[in-house]
Amino acid sequence: METTEIIEKINHFLVEEFEVEPGMITPQANLRETLQLDSLDYIDLVVVIESNFGFKVKAEDFTGITTVQDFYNYVVAKAGNK
Amino acid sequence: MGIYSCIGKNMEEVRDSLFQGKSGIILDPERKSFGYRSGLTGLVERPQLKGILDRRARVMLPEQGEFAYMATVEALKNAGIDDDYLDSNEIGIIYGNDSSAKPVMEAIDIIRDKKDTLLVGSGSVFQTMNSTVTMNLSTIFRFKGINYTLSAACASGSHAIGTGYHFIKTGLQDMIVCGGAQEVNIYSMGNFDALSAFSIREDEPAKASRPFDRDRDGLVPSGGAATLVLESLESAKRRGAVILGEIIGYGFSSNGGHISNPTVDGPVKAIAMSLKESGLDAAAVDYINAHATSTPVGDAKEAKAIDAVFGGARPPVSSTKSMTGHECWMSGASEIIYSMIMMKEGFVAPNINFENPDEDSARLNIISKTFEKNIDVFLSNSFGFGGTNSSLIIRKRTN
Repeated sequence: METTEIIEKINHFLVEEFEVEPGMITPQANLRETLQLDSLDYIDLVVVIESNFGFKVKAEDFTGITTVQDFYNYVVAKAGNK
Repeated sequence: MGIYSCIGKNMEEVRDSLFQGKSGIILDPERKSFGYRSGLTGLVERPQLKGILDRRARVMLPEQGEFAYMATVEALKNAGIDDDYLDSNEIGIIYGNDSSAKPVMEAIDIIRDKKDTLLVGSGSVFQTMNSTVTMNLSTIFRFKGINYTLSAACASGSHAIGTGYHFIKTGLQDMIVCGGAQEVNIYSMGNFDALSAFSIREDEPAKASRPFDRDRDGLVPSGGAATLVLESLESAKRRGAVILGEIIGYGFSSNGGHISNPTVDGPVKAIAMSLKESGLDAAAVDYINAHATSTPVGDAKEAKAIDAVFGGARPPVSSTKSMTGHECWMSGASEIIYSMIMMKEGFVAPNINFENPDEDSARLNIISKTFEKNIDVFLSNSFGFGGTNSSLIIRKRTN
């Protein structure tokens, strides 16, 4: 899957599933502070990643993900190696 | 009060259906293909809450929680409870609910398929617990008083109101949101259907639920939610609320017998207890909303119980389940609302499909056609598996 397609998919579910304002989604945006995702939302991120990209995330993998860019990078790396 | 049911999604729609004797029962082909003996059910559409509730709240709500949310929004609005009041007062919630089958089934299917509990998502645990309705509504409406779910099978909603009444009567709470909720999805009633307790009059869905009628052949499952705002007289006067009615009697009992076969003595005890607390004679009761679900044995036992207590008085009796089907965990609360509507509007809603009595129902004054009548006092019965019985008496209050 191309990186641009992965980013589009992530942006799409952040807006549609998590009801994040589209204008808030920038590479530098902090997932918790800017996008207001909480610990329960992270569980749902695991679910949408599995259904959209076909791999399972371990909860502890999120510890290194702070920004939207970190999230893109993580999924691009994983989706390319599944 | 607020209501979301198969005969209307708000108080006005329900009032019209009750007056017209309109059935909310359909034949659901999906139930038949799923393996149900009977495909009959009340039809209750899920409300569209996107844009009304935020995502976090919606993710936590199972179907019956959505119904309860709708009923509670209407109840709070009708009671004149706004956001400021919610934030500055201690309001409790006691709600009847006794299952949450769909989210349980869906979660187990995911875990079996994926071999990973994480993939059930964040909302699952909050949807699956029996207390899902109260945990969700207390969060959404910021309730700060007593907060729990009451599970007592098909008497859950009635006991929830009776228990709320006791909390207020003893001065522990000024205001409690009480009610009952019932899911209607395909998973919710399969094991009940297994008992062959449901009507199989599938060629005439609107005629299938026929409490007290000689030719009844079982109940029709249904659902939705009903919410009432209970408060102390002092609280109601202080805020200038319109007082619709006053709970004056709550009777309860347990049959102490078979888990599903009802008795006569148990209901008699609950009815007599509520009547004694009310301080009224049997003749003062203007209307009885019977529990009668349309099962051969249950209706006969209740008819005997009503006759034992009210025999000579012969007050008008109807079972609104003839129109709604059996709203199970919700029914004890919804039937208080149906009766309150009748009391406010001055009519008795019909026990539709009552065409021929049997030897027990012939002893009662069963109302099969809508008729205008002033109701000052009514009694509502609710009975459930395990032999739990609840009777409530409400009196009209003139402000």
